Amino acid sequence: MSERRPAPKPARAPVWAIWLPLVLFLAFVVVVVIGLYRPADRTVASTLIGKPMPAFALPAALPERPGLKSADLAAGKPHLVNIFASWCIPCRVEAPQLGALAKAGIPIAGISVRDSEEALTGFLKENGDPYWRIGADDDGKVQLALGSSGVPETYVIDGRGVIRYQHIGEIRPDDVAMILQKLQEASR
Amino acid sequence: MTAELGLAALWLAAALAGLQLLAGALALTDRGAMLAGIVRPVAVVQGVLALVAFLALIAVFADTDLSVKLVAMNSHSLKPMIFKIAGAWGNHEGSMLLWVTVMGMAGGVVALIERRLPEPAMLATLAGQAFVSLGFYAFLLIASNPFERLSPVPEEGNGLNPLLQDLGLAFHPPTLYLGYVGLSVAFSFAIGALVTRQVGPAFARAMRPWVLGAWIFLTLGITAGSYWAYYELGWGGWWFWDPVENASLMPWLAATALLHSVSVLASRDALRAWTVMLGVVAFSMSMIGTFLVRSGILTSVHAFAVDPQRGSFILALLAINIGGALTLFALRAGTVSEGERFMPVSREGALVFNNVMLSAILGIVLFGTLYPLVAEAMGAKVSVGPPYFNPMGALFAVPMLVVLAVGPLLRWRRDRFSRVRRLLVIPAMLVGTGVIAMVALGGVALLPTLGFALALGLGWASVLPLKGRNLRRTPLPIWGMVVAHFGIAVSLLGMSCESAFSIEKLVAVKMGDATGVGPWQVKLDAVEPMAGPNWTALEARLLVRYGDHGKVMQLDPQSRSFWAPPQQTSESALLTRWNGQLYAVLGGEADDGRWQLRLWWKPFVPLIWLGGLLIALGGVLALFGRVASDLRRIFAREKIAYRRGRIAQLESSRE
Repeated sequence: MSERRPAPKPARAPVWAIWLPLVLFLAFVVVVVIGLYRPADRTVASTLIGKPMPAFALPAALPERPGLKSADLAAGKPHLVNIFASWCIPCRVEAPQLGALAKAGIPIAGISVRDSEEALTGFLKENGDPYWRIGADDDGKVQLALGSSGVPETYVIDGRGVIRYQHIGEIRPDDVAMILQKLQEASR
Repeated sequence: MTAELGLAALWLAAALAGLQLLAGALALTDRGAMLAGIVRPVAVVQGVLALVAFLALIAVFADTDLSVKLVAMNSHSLKPMIFKIAGAWGNHEGSMLLWVTVMGMAGGVVALIERRLPEPAMLATLAGQAFVSLGFYAFLLIASNPFERLSPVPEEGNGLNPLLQDLGLAFHPPTLYLGYVGLSVAFSFAIGALVTRQVGPAFARAMRPWVLGAWIFLTLGITAGSYWAYYELGWGGWWFWDPVENASLMPWLAATALLHSVSVLASRDALRAWTVMLGVVAFSMSMIGTFLVRSGILTSVHAFAVDPQRGSFILALLAINIGGALTLFALRAGTVSEGERFMPVSREGALVFNNVMLSAILGIVLFGTLYPLVAEAMGAKVSVGPPYFNPMGALFAVPMLVVLAVGPLLRWRRDRFSRVRRLLVIPAMLVGTGVIAMVALGGVALLPTLGFALALGLGWASVLPLKGRNLRRTPLPIWGMVVAHFGIAVSLLGMSCESAFSIEKLVAVKMGDATGVGPWQVKLDAVEPMAGPNWTALEARLLVRYGDHGKVMQLDPQSRSFWAPPQQTSESALLTRWNGQLYAVLGGEADDGRWQLRLWWKPFVPLIWLGGLLIALGGVLALFGRVASDLRRIFAREKIAYRRGRIAQLESSRE
């Protein structure tokens, strides 16, 4: 015992680290209180409305018809873009309405999601074919980029390629007038 | 009568919790020291009374006493007995009563058997437990009385949500609750340790079985919940990063970190402040999780029992309990030294690293769960999903898994990496092979590739701690660790295979037509109507065959319609082989008579839940080992005391 080493200073956490959990928790309480007492509004409007169509280029779904790229849609005239699939039951329900819209002279671009050429041909034969172009979205990437959560969905695109309206679900007979009105607004 | 008995027991239990808090706190002062003797008995009686109240509620549900509002709202005289009983906790009030019952009984058990801690720390612990309980008693008695009577008495009850009439679901919430509430004991120990500044190995040993037990229940609860979502929702996924799921995952992450740091504290007397902190955080996560689920503040796919009024009450409880505990921590942690030092390359070092990784994942999950709320407060609406959680979680999970493979091989205090390098050659080669195999297959995303490769390496590395040991004499906790770590590898393998190799097919088929998914041939043989007790269904008969020569088997997915309340559910049908599951869901009928079918072939997907069960089994082994050695120690001590007494007696008689 010739020399006593000085006792090492006990390790301690820095002061800020010790108060950090409390500060984080108080921030949590503030956020939650705001969330709890704000009137809840759970309706979700598509954030894509008023934005240009995301850039994409889809190959042709059928050999005799061109595919679809976003530039096709910025051609000076309003369009409808319809996301559909041969395996989707509601798509059959909305087919007559799409047919009527096509007859009224509105170009309808189709995006067929996860489909095969054979099934698609059968679907169009049975339910009518309103489409001007059909792009094949085999992995659903474009569908996702458009913020679409399911099939069918229909978008109203104005002449500059900007999304003006998103219709979720099938177009029913009494929706047609509203769609036409949205198209009219888009052409202004 | 039974209801009034239950209510009286509940009031008495609440009063005793108040007494327990006061006596426990006063006994810590000089003048109140004579109160110390009553704290333990009060805690025991409080637990018994809470149990009486809970049994009274079960009795009321069992004989469908419709004059009790809760029964009339949630039960029905024609329900099978098992669902009548499960119905007692399948609602908000009943589940809160279950919560305080488990909490009271846990406190009672601690008071009865825990003798290792210094008495002041025990008093503070029991007072802390009473403080938390008191909040929940107030919540029950003021805002959600389960025994409220109803007048006039209705003819018949409302029945239980048909989705909840499922045996698995009857026991899923109580399992999670046992986990949540078990963590409340760890929380109280942490409070006791902070108040008395007694943070050391004795504290860690007292806390460890509770953390282990709670962790086992949480693991089982999460595994079961994930499987339920998988087969019942019919979406083919097993984890959706839904707020309700995250609410159960967060306490698990904190408890996992706590479990490991408590071991370091118990055996090495290191990581004192960190362990106390995790003890507070783990139970805080349970309360935050319960709050998020119950208040309806977050939109969730399975939001239930939502009521903002109750949300405010739980929030107030939360703010008092967690805010108070964290303030206490901030005030006291400065005076708690970190304890023993250790080198970065050591078992402690690896555990600390993984603790930090687990906490980081916890932070990511918490942030992702709350972010929609933050964004909404600022006027934007977002939802946060797998594209955020998966890569962000993996960022920390991958290094954690690597260290998990190495850590158990290191020595305590200080070690050299070169010592264990040779052991790790094979796991490293397995990881390399896994990566090469997945890249060779092509088209597999980064995360499944990494997961697959790491699972192989970890699977091998996890059993290495047994190398060179006599397997029969290996202590149970070591076995527990090996089994749990191996379970992680198994589960990870299942997750990676599911995400890399799943094949999904959505088809519309005519009656008698066949289609294929992966190696399976699926033929739609018939669709027939079926009737259940409170539903009708269309049931498809699918004849399926694996490969070209497999046996033909039958699968019967249903599309069910319940009429009270009107609700449509799809009952998926599953076929499990050793190498995966075929999953079939029946959709609607088209005008042309074709039926929509959704088919998945999911190679090795059952490994996900098998791994979960192994992890829980590891916990059970460790708990069993710890409790057994604790009991041995207690018996040995009593034996010694008895012998000393005998010797003293003999000696005195000889004189």
